[in-house]
Amino acid sequence: MSELNLSAYTAAEITAAIARKEFSAREAAGAALARIEALDGDVHALNQVTPDLAYAAADRVDSLVAAGEPLPPLAGVPAAFKDNMNLIGTRTTCSSRILANYESAYDCTAVARLIAAGVLPLGKCNMDEFAFGSSGESSATGSAKNPWDLGRIPGGSSAGSAAAVAAGLATVTLGSDTGGSIRQPGAMTGTVALKPTYGRVSRYGCVAFASSLDQIGPFSRTIEDSARVLEAICGKDSMDATSVERTDEQFVSAARGADVSGMRVGIVRDMLDMEGVSPQVRQSVLDAAARYEALGATVGEVDLPTSQHGLAAYYIIGPAEASSNLARFDGIRYGHRVDAPTDTLDLYMRSRAEGFGTEAKRRIMLGTYALSAGYYDAYYGQAQKARTLIASEFSSAFERFDVLLTPTSPQVAWKFGEKSDPLTMYLADIYTIPVNLAGNCAINVPCGFAEEEGSRLPIGLQIIGDYFAEAKVFAAAAAIERDLALDLRSPLVTS
Amino acid sequence: MSLSEQEVRHVAMLARLALTDEEVTSLQGDLNSILSHIDTIRQLDLDSVPPTAHAIPVTNVTRPDVVVPGLSHRTALMNAPAEQDGAFLIPQITGGGDDA
Repeated sequence: MSELNLSAYTAAEITAAIARKEFSAREAAGAALARIEALDGDVHALNQVTPDLAYAAADRVDSLVAAGEPLPPLAGVPAAFKDNMNLIGTRTTCSSRILANYESAYDCTAVARLIAAGVLPLGKCNMDEFAFGSSGESSATGSAKNPWDLGRIPGGSSAGSAAAVAAGLATVTLGSDTGGSIRQPGAMTGTVALKPTYGRVSRYGCVAFASSLDQIGPFSRTIEDSARVLEAICGKDSMDATSVERTDEQFVSAARGADVSGMRVGIVRDMLDMEGVSPQVRQSVLDAAARYEALGATVGEVDLPTSQHGLAAYYIIGPAEASSNLARFDGIRYGHRVDAPTDTLDLYMRSRAEGFGTEAKRRIMLGTYALSAGYYDAYYGQAQKARTLIASEFSSAFERFDVLLTPTSPQVAWKFGEKSDPLTMYLADIYTIPVNLAGNCAINVPCGFAEEEGSRLPIGLQIIGDYFAEAKVFAAAAAIERDLALDLRSPLVTS
Repeated sequence: MSLSEQEVRHVAMLARLALTDEEVTSLQGDLNSILSHIDTIRQLDLDSVPPTAHAIPVTNVTRPDVVVPGLSHRTALMNAPAEQDGAFLIPQITGGGDDA
């Protein structure tokens, strides 16, 4: 086993060390894979580990080093991808029985771009089945665990992507965020977690949940690493007509600048004062706001009353689009097929019943109902109107403020099994959902800790930006990261 | 709005899900609980609001109409649960024969 331990390195430090020949990319791959071997039995962050792909990528980096060629921006950085992203040579299971043996037929654009930027692909991350969940518990392979307390949830749905970074198994990972599925597990695990603006990153090759809400984004331990990954994966892709060409893609310099002087920061007061918010979470967000004032920003307050209806709109739009997207899993072209079907209807109905887990069935049923004859206008139509109001409410707020602050999650990581009622689980995403509905961007940045029954659990601050305002969001996030200088190493990294 | 057991079974047929009786019962409870929360959306005055068609304004996205490689026949079939003669094999859907 390698002596090298990369769990305390940032992406930039790893690439720099490889360029200086302190260690090789092959050694980096070996160290990362050895750490997974040692720890992932407990954490279960990964559904599949891919040593061949990691070593092949490492050898490409090492041959550049040997030839004295310039290295790509993330050369030799250990990375992993949520298991809803296709990568040739891996299975893409969405942590579902129905895709348990599905072999990727092509590459997800964001994954391919990150690999082109030099990362070492370590494997595919565990997740809530088809990204339906806020705790990781709906995974058909068993939940990923929270590295801060293995008896607690890592958040979801990008559960393994968050846990892998918090456990120091990977330096950066990709997740997908439809209603908070990057930011909320980021908050639960003390990691930096970005949902970019809709259209900033191509969705091609990421198994669709709700196509009008889904967006791919990075997990990392630092804001600068998040910016590096976004620079690598963003931009127009001809395979996703909703992806856009932009010129404002200088995220690393924004993160390094960390400049908030004169920045207008808005506390979303009514969201902070909502019922069910943990007092420690609330206080931690107020403390962060006070730090912004000390750093030279002007801090004010704003209410977003319509956004409180975001959850209702989301639980129409999300399941409606999911029920449509998941119709393709019918046992004909790929995925689980039942034994000895009597006819095609029997094949569809039993293959899907056997292949989908409880939460997937719940969402498919909810969405099918909302779209069924006689109910479309009452549900989907109304929800899309509510969405317009939420977006215009954000637009008004961004006339007065550059960024908005809320908690990322009303609570810190809870224990496995604690939220058994679906609606209670859905409420965990109350702060993140409005951003998906409006389509703008937001990041989770760790802002403190809560002590619960002997465990030290991270608290997450959500910094919300306007459409394509990722540079401002990174600057604000980096400023608070630098100012608070929290020790974000989980017990699995320090022990 | 609330769903009867009959409606739950109807939606399950539309969704092509063969549910057990226990699943029908528990989904009926779950869906009604979720729908009662969703109904809070009626508190909003939405009559004069246009529905969102797309999160960001993009229109008429086109690309040059040129031939590019797509999935090969072999790749498209590689995850097929059953195949025959280079095609997906499914139960017989026409005729009344017993040899399906």
